[in-house]
Amino acid sequence: MKTNDVILQTTTKLVFFIIFLFSIHIFFAGHYTPGGGFVGGLLTTGAIILLLLAFDLKTVQKALPFNFTIMTGIGLLLALGTASGSIFFNVPFFTHAFDDFTLPLFGVTSLHTAMIFDAGVFLVVVGSAITIIQSIGGDS
Amino acid sequence: MINLLLFPIILPFFFAILLLFFKEKIRTQRILTLIGVVVSLASSLVLLWTVKTEGIQAITLGSWPAPFGISMVSDMLSALLVTTTLLLTLFIVIYSFTSIGEERERYFYYPAILFMVTGVNGAFTTGDIFNMFVFFEVLLIASYILIVLGGTKKQLRESLKYILVNVISSALFVITVAYLYSVVGTLNMADISVKISEVNQPGIITVIAVLFLIVFGIKGSIFPLYFWLPGSYAAPPIPVLALFGALLTKVGIYAIMRTYTLFFIHNTGFTHEILMILSILTIIAGCIGALAYFDLKQIIIYNIVIAVGVILFGASQMNEAGMSGAVFYLIHDMLIKGALFLLIGVIIYITGTSNLRKMGGLMKTHAPLGWFYLIAAFGLAGIPPLSGFIGKLLIVQGAFEAGNIWSGIIVLASSLVVLLSVMRIFIYAFWGESKVALPKTNRKTYNRLMAPALVLVVLTIVYGIGTEWLLPFMTDATDVLLQPSIYIDAVLK
Repeated sequence: MKTNDVILQTTTKLVFFIIFLFSIHIFFAGHYTPGGGFVGGLLTTGAIILLLLAFDLKTVQKALPFNFTIMTGIGLLLALGTASGSIFFNVPFFTHAFDDFTLPLFGVTSLHTAMIFDAGVFLVVVGSAITIIQSIGGDS
Repeated sequence: MINLLLFPIILPFFFAILLLFFKEKIRTQRILTLIGVVVSLASSLVLLWTVKTEGIQAITLGSWPAPFGISMVSDMLSALLVTTTLLLTLFIVIYSFTSIGEERERYFYYPAILFMVTGVNGAFTTGDIFNMFVFFEVLLIASYILIVLGGTKKQLRESLKYILVNVISSALFVITVAYLYSVVGTLNMADISVKISEVNQPGIITVIAVLFLIVFGIKGSIFPLYFWLPGSYAAPPIPVLALFGALLTKVGIYAIMRTYTLFFIHNTGFTHEILMILSILTIIAGCIGALAYFDLKQIIIYNIVIAVGVILFGASQMNEAGMSGAVFYLIHDMLIKGALFLLIGVIIYITGTSNLRKMGGLMKTHAPLGWFYLIAAFGLAGIPPLSGFIGKLLIVQGAFEAGNIWSGIIVLASSLVVLLSVMRIFIYAFWGESKVALPKTNRKTYNRLMAPALVLVVLTIVYGIGTEWLLPFMTDATDVLLQPSIYIDAVLK
């Protein structure tokens, strides 16, 4: 008998976006409150795992057509690039910079290069965690 | 360029990341790896020259003041080790092109090598004890990939042991750093040294010193913590074995030398006595193993254990002759072990076996291989014009100056055992008549495998002959080890 997952799938479609938005919030809040790239990345991974539980692997790969190994590579490049930017200014490696910018929607916002580094961490965490899950659950 | 000392770490890391994007394109991977290693080697040579002319290079990441950020320090010892590491990687990578096989190359073989080199160079350069732990993990996790890649039954079994031992030793490393941090309240290595000399090494610091010896002793395989090494190193293919044998145990030795010359120098009667006794026992255990086996790989693997003992014995003397002997022997041993593993890889390729009893008569068909193996074997044993001589001479001189006559004699006697063990390979494999028909081998593949091995042997000869020219570099390295104040002043300026 084929099971009917309609409740699980419908709930997942809604809950996925709530978890994903929360993970983005956690990611951006990392500088002033608990959170950051690592937790944010794991939460996003959690959201994708929920999709994997409700649907099957093929459907999710079709919906999210990313190569997660490449995503890990891009994350590492972002992190290394942020840190090496300082080489061109002849200051010690990993020296960060920040400034206040006036953005159209947000008003005066303080932007820090540590954010780009954190985005790299985010991508590495998502990329490697999903790669692990895909390769363990993949071949059946 | 104040960031110069980081280039040998960043460049392999950058190229390893790049390689992740070209998983299926083996040709691109090979070219990028070669470019990456050559560029890193060039940067490390520039660094070596800068350290020679301008003194110790130190930088604290993120523009923080010295004890609060992560310091990276490149003194002569670490610059020499970083250069040797990249030099060996270059030859082993070239050797891998013909030897490792496409199946492995397709599954992140080259990225794993470059990540491992990142970790090794980082561990040699860092000036922060917790950062050293992180770099240890970087190199260990990459080495887990290399040891299991290919997935043969033997590799799976031995990688389980290897990972288990290293996970336990890493946990012990964290615990030891936690103890140290709770006593001195700092992680910067120069600052730790200052804080320890302020309290004049009470009992708890000596306990931590012994814990560090256990942690790094597992990584660097000293007696009685070397039990995992012979089995695990015999499992992976030859280029990986050469990388492991030449680099990984040396990181443990470097860490022991660094901590025992920078931190724990106020109660040497206890700590360095233990180090000396253990290193003598390591030499004896290695000698027994090297004579016991009739297997090419095992004989050279036990020679790693002997060399670990000899280097640490030299370092434990804490006098100028012993210490500079240890530095000379450390670099020599990295080069010669790389050369020997590549050469026995060629022998195994020709005969199709690593069992000495099944081979013979190779001198008639492969004379150059025989003569170069003989030179490498003499170099390992320390015959005068070759590379192993000066290091061991200085170590024995240091032992006699410190009054450890019997230990010095044991070190001398171990040379005979080393010579006997590697000459047995020469006699059984190259003399006499061929016992079984050789499997069909490709002459072109043979030449391609021989080329990097031969150049490496020539380099060890140059290292032996050019001792006089290398002496100023070694003196600089020894000075920093014997006078921690030079190191501390460079970091906390």
